[in-house]
Amino acid sequence: MAILINETTRIIVQGFTGKIGTFHAQDMINYGSNVVGGITPGKGGQTHLDRPVFNTVKEAVNQVGAEASIIFVPPAFAADSIMEAADAGIKYCVAITDGIPTQDMMKVKNFLRRFPKEERMVLTGPNCAGTISPGRAMLGIMPGHIYKQGNVGIVGRSGTLGYEAADQMKALGIGVSTSVGIGGDPINGSSHRDILEIFEQDPETKVVIMIGEIGGPQEVEAGLYAKEHMTKPLIAYIAGLTAPEGRRMGHAGAIISSAGESAAEKVAILKELGVTICPTPAAMGETVAAVLAKL
Amino acid sequence: MDIHEYQAKELLAGYGVKIAEGGLAYSPEEAVQRAREIGGNVWAVKAQIHSGARGKAGGIKICKTHDEVEAAAEALLGKKLVTHQTGPAGKVCGRLYIEAGTNIVKELYFSFLVDRSSERIVMVGSAQGGMEIEELAANNPEALTKIYISPAVGLQDYQAREMAFALGLEPALLSHAVKTIKGCYRALRDLDASMLEINPLVINGNNELIALDAKMGFDDNALFRQHKVAELRDKTQEDPRETAAGDRGLSYVGLDGDIGCMINGAGLAMATMDMIKLAGGEPANFLDVGGGASAERTEKAFRLVLADKGVKAMLVNIFAGINRCDWIAEGVVEAVKKIDMKIPLIVRLSGTNVEEGRRIIAESGLPIITADTLAEAAEKAVKARNEVVANER
Repeated sequence: MAILINETTRIIVQGFTGKIGTFHAQDMINYGSNVVGGITPGKGGQTHLDRPVFNTVKEAVNQVGAEASIIFVPPAFAADSIMEAADAGIKYCVAITDGIPTQDMMKVKNFLRRFPKEERMVLTGPNCAGTISPGRAMLGIMPGHIYKQGNVGIVGRSGTLGYEAADQMKALGIGVSTSVGIGGDPINGSSHRDILEIFEQDPETKVVIMIGEIGGPQEVEAGLYAKEHMTKPLIAYIAGLTAPEGRRMGHAGAIISSAGESAAEKVAILKELGVTICPTPAAMGETVAAVLAKL
Repeated sequence: MDIHEYQAKELLAGYGVKIAEGGLAYSPEEAVQRAREIGGNVWAVKAQIHSGARGKAGGIKICKTHDEVEAAAEALLGKKLVTHQTGPAGKVCGRLYIEAGTNIVKELYFSFLVDRSSERIVMVGSAQGGMEIEELAANNPEALTKIYISPAVGLQDYQAREMAFALGLEPALLSHAVKTIKGCYRALRDLDASMLEINPLVINGNNELIALDAKMGFDDNALFRQHKVAELRDKTQEDPRETAAGDRGLSYVGLDGDIGCMINGAGLAMATMDMIKLAGGEPANFLDVGGGASAERTEKAFRLVLADKGVKAMLVNIFAGINRCDWIAEGVVEAVKKIDMKIPLIVRLSGTNVEEGRRIIAESGLPIITADTLAEAAEKAVKARNEVVANER
């Protein structure tokens, strides 16, 4: 099962023929992802990495049945590419691009809400490492080999910290059903909560670990959802204990700007809501192991 | 990116927002000249620093004579002002804004912010101005009115009217208020601002709405299409280390501790700093070198961290994804040889080609302390730092 993507998902790459798009498309193909083509406006009809290039996403949907897309388009044009994917009927889109203006993302989110929920494209990112269902498909830029196939779901804002979690788990023989990066921007395509809802429906996922950080209301909203609606155990780690107020810590969204947004406050609220807390970032693997052992 | 009050006011005036007459001064003589040009018999001499709460820090002086203006300017120029927003380091005042005194009848609070929960711009107002929004939200939340704006259609007139009434404005001021509120919104939208705060917005003796203070912050991600805004940047208001890092494409935040850090990825960087803290140390900085930590980038990052003379030990934590541990190891070895490091260096590598990376470090002959896990790296860094401090005594 896994969530969002598997070995049959037909994937296209937006920004296919660029340097970064080419590099990661090849990496995804090597991993076994079913990449069926890509988009570069003006290069339609050409072949790249033995796959067809299309001018528009609609052509790719019509001609090769594209279902999922990954975006490597520069920040100034990325919001437009996301909306093009949604309008063409893509079901799931990962936006890797870092640096999309906040007002553009507000427009994107508003645009997506025009579609009825059952037809609405799921977007994760921007500014993320993508999604991987280990052993099945990779729709992202992560090192695929650090993930072992299994039944723990990972959802996180950070790329490398997510790798750290997967690596700690692999060292203990624990595998991952799907790992989803939601990105470090203030406005994300999907929230932690949105992804928890999907994990809750997945029979293969037994436990979920949420890797959050300072800034924004998302982790607490996810905790509230877990308390009310989740049957599966939720584990959380919140990065940024030492982050000072009002300073942006790398990610555009990692800034404590109001009450309840610091790591300590989020941890206290999540604890209250019954979420298992990883006491340190070095204990993500062992905390998951302990929760799994109790199932 | 933040800008100064006078810059925000100039921008807003272009959108039809009324401001008091004022002018910029870089010296006491200029300050007096500005006061003469403005005329009248009351002036506010306002320190231009990137921070709110300037009044409490003594950054705003009301003057009744030209001599007082000169004395106030003398006192403020070059002075370091410390507010709760600047932190203990404070910010140096290099520019003054001389403004005509305003006869204040009533003070109001008014702002636009990005609301991450609703993913919309929210307009916030209160009839109780002068206080900070945090105080208002904590002490008197029901006095705050919030109106959410649809990104598809933007701010509507009825919403501006709702806000005007919530601010307790009398009907005679309604049209003027709607114009002011809509002007602020257009400025925010057109210029990709992430926040706009007018605190206080005042009603003066002539029954006009005046933006007595103005604060604007801009979305860094949108500066590529806001060239006029980008030109308003004042580097003297930034931490020079952060400016230097930003110019080199690195993301750096200076902190008060003494263990320097170089990490790839913002989340892993924060987590590593947490680990240092939990091991009993304090990080000197946040530094994300990004995904492709090449030898050249690594060297730049090392120089940046070590430019902080308070650093007693340095921790490098790299999780190689797209890149490879052996390349990073080579970069670190090269940087250490070039820089001639005097303090202990702890390196933890993981991910792609980790064995090869560790071998390169071990065979380099350099006194690099290696660690396999995140916990071990933090413990070793704190221990090395403590030894350096003990030896200094």
